[in-house]
Amino acid sequence: MRTILYLIRKEFIQIFRNKFIGRAIFGVPIVQMLILVPAVTFEIREVRIGIIDQDMSTVSRSLITRLEGSAFFRVTNTTFSEEEGNRLLLEDKCNLVLHIPEDFGRDIGSGKPGHLLAAVNAINASAAQLSWAYLNGVIRDFNSELIMQNINSAEPVQSSVININNRYWYNEMLNYKFYMLPGILGILVTAIGFILAGLNLVREKEIGTIEQINVTPVRKHQFIIAKMVPFLIIGLADLTLGLVIGRIFFRIPFEGSIMLLFLSASVFLVAVLGFAIFISTFSGTQQQFMFIAFFCMIIFILMSGIFTPLESMPAWAQKIDLINPVAYIMRINRMVMLKGSALSDILSDIYSLAAIAVFFTVFAVRRYRKTA
Amino acid sequence: MHGPTAGYILHDMKRFLGFVKKEFLHISRDYRTLIILFGIPAAQILLFGYVVSTDIKNAGVAFLDQSKDEITRRLTDKICSSGFFTKTGDLASQADIDRIFKKGRTKAVVIFENNFGRNLISRGKGEISIIADGSEPNVATLVTNYMTAIISDFNRDMAGPSAATALIVRPEVRMFYNPGLKSHYMFVPGVITLIMILICALMTSVTITREKEFGTMEVLLVSPLKPVQIILGKVMPYFLLSFIDVIVILLLSWFVFDLPVKGSLALLLGESMLYILMSLSLGILISTVSSTMQQAIFISLVGMMLPTILLSGFIFPIENMAEIYGWISSILPPRYFIVIIKNIMIKGTGLLYVWKETLILTGFTVLFIALSVRNFKIRLQ
Repeated sequence: MRTILYLIRKEFIQIFRNKFIGRAIFGVPIVQMLILVPAVTFEIREVRIGIIDQDMSTVSRSLITRLEGSAFFRVTNTTFSEEEGNRLLLEDKCNLVLHIPEDFGRDIGSGKPGHLLAAVNAINASAAQLSWAYLNGVIRDFNSELIMQNINSAEPVQSSVININNRYWYNEMLNYKFYMLPGILGILVTAIGFILAGLNLVREKEIGTIEQINVTPVRKHQFIIAKMVPFLIIGLADLTLGLVIGRIFFRIPFEGSIMLLFLSASVFLVAVLGFAIFISTFSGTQQQFMFIAFFCMIIFILMSGIFTPLESMPAWAQKIDLINPVAYIMRINRMVMLKGSALSDILSDIYSLAAIAVFFTVFAVRRYRKTA
Repeated sequence: MHGPTAGYILHDMKRFLGFVKKEFLHISRDYRTLIILFGIPAAQILLFGYVVSTDIKNAGVAFLDQSKDEITRRLTDKICSSGFFTKTGDLASQADIDRIFKKGRTKAVVIFENNFGRNLISRGKGEISIIADGSEPNVATLVTNYMTAIISDFNRDMAGPSAATALIVRPEVRMFYNPGLKSHYMFVPGVITLIMILICALMTSVTITREKEFGTMEVLLVSPLKPVQIILGKVMPYFLLSFIDVIVILLLSWFVFDLPVKGSLALLLGESMLYILMSLSLGILISTVSSTMQQAIFISLVGMMLPTILLSGFIFPIENMAEIYGWISSILPPRYFIVIIKNIMIKGTGLLYVWKETLILTGFTVLFIALSVRNFKIRLQ
């Protein structure tokens, strides 16, 4: 035990001897959280809309007024030519161009359906669908207004109506910061622990200082544990830092038990660090480790459900995710922090994380050879 | 001092080429790095193409049916057979809602009021509540929207055809550039942009810092090669490798996702070279401020990965962010390359539409090189 403590002390001295790393370990998460957490939103702030009005009737004008009045749309350009309209999309001046053809007003006046043509820049498919849905909503309202004017009745006739009311639990205002903070914090903690722990061991190999340890009576497991503990502590410190920032700057609610969060984070970190050291036993140079780490990390992060729903992935990908520690911690973080899930709710996730942690750590110890 | 003679220049050139050859051999011997170098972009493209999607599929939904009649059963079936939702359970009481949300698999709960079917038929009004799990706001919004659409659809079917004919404004929509509404159109340009800057900056910064950390840089510096030649020689192989990477990604996106380059291929390749050059000079700059490889890796991975993913417009459009992020992201080069690549690849526009972005990227390259040269000299004192 004392041996391990000495080794851990040695590691800490080594980590913080590099002034840059010592500062960056805490500085980078602080800066990135403050900047990145409030940045992201899936909402559409405003759709820039261009209008080709070849009709110029009272009907078309009242439709345009309606669009100008809506909170989602900002009419940025009006024109008469279709070519100009195409150019607006091409130059990205507008997200959407609405074409009102010449006889729109006449058709509606004479009781025929009036046609509209919307051209949406669909490179970002989900945003395109959303802005089209907004536009459709405005047109639908406009439509029922026209009908009401025509038949002069106070309310539209309809047979039976299903009233849908909806609410959002745990985050009523759909505040994206509450969603992003646990995710970004999870990624930062993962990245810092994973990269530093792995690099640390490979560096000793590359420089040759590992030989100096190898000739001492230090046991294999003592060595590996001493390599993991400092980064476990650093990871938990970063987590604490992130939670404090979330609390002070973003007023993130904390529904669940802090102890539970730290318990799962510790198991998670052991899994990540074990994996990092496991990989580092395969790598001879820091460069090699870094590439493998980069590769794994990108896959871990993208498949973790931080930006995209996990359920949408094909079944085989969800199976692969069973060994992705980041997917577990994303889920646990959000569940404990925002929903107040208790130990019994996340027990199976914790067991899985623990299994991953034990598996990689044991393999890391076994793969590490004291003799060259 | 006399100017260098032609013979000297030739000799110098030969020496430089020899050095470049050495660097090439050095890299190509390390097959693990090579595999990863080409594996990362390929895996990313396939991941985005087949695995990760922002759409809703099989989202868990639970039902609290307080009516249990013919209509609620039909509506439940309609919701569950839509492909968007999977049923995770039938709840008995309000208290179960919180319980099932806390387990995490359920994204929404649908509540039918008491006597829903009877109310709908006799009084013409039925109440449904959708409670969505707001801890994932994007999923919550999508789930609520889809669910509302399915229920309205059901409502229309019940109401019969009379209500539908009242439409006198008929909007029609054309989805430009991406008629199939595929997410690849967003991700392929994003992946190229992200991977290129990370890999290039990482590779260059690490190789140069490595020489510094191990002291072999001194050995190189006392050789007849000039510092500029040393740096160029180190960067050259990576320039070529990254360029091959771009071609691999473009081929993959063409053959696997049917997403060919619509505009000029030559222009796209030219712009990619500029971007690679910019990323490599960023890597050189990082190496001049780092004393150890750890530091270089930390800056190029931990420091750059998240900002590039989040603020370049790769997944999240910048225009939806608060005003200040427009400014912050304007100092991130990837933001400009994404515009360039989307224009050339998907819209098929020419240089006329992207000259501004091209100039900015060139400016970044010059700036990074200038800063590196300055730092480099100081370090050698």
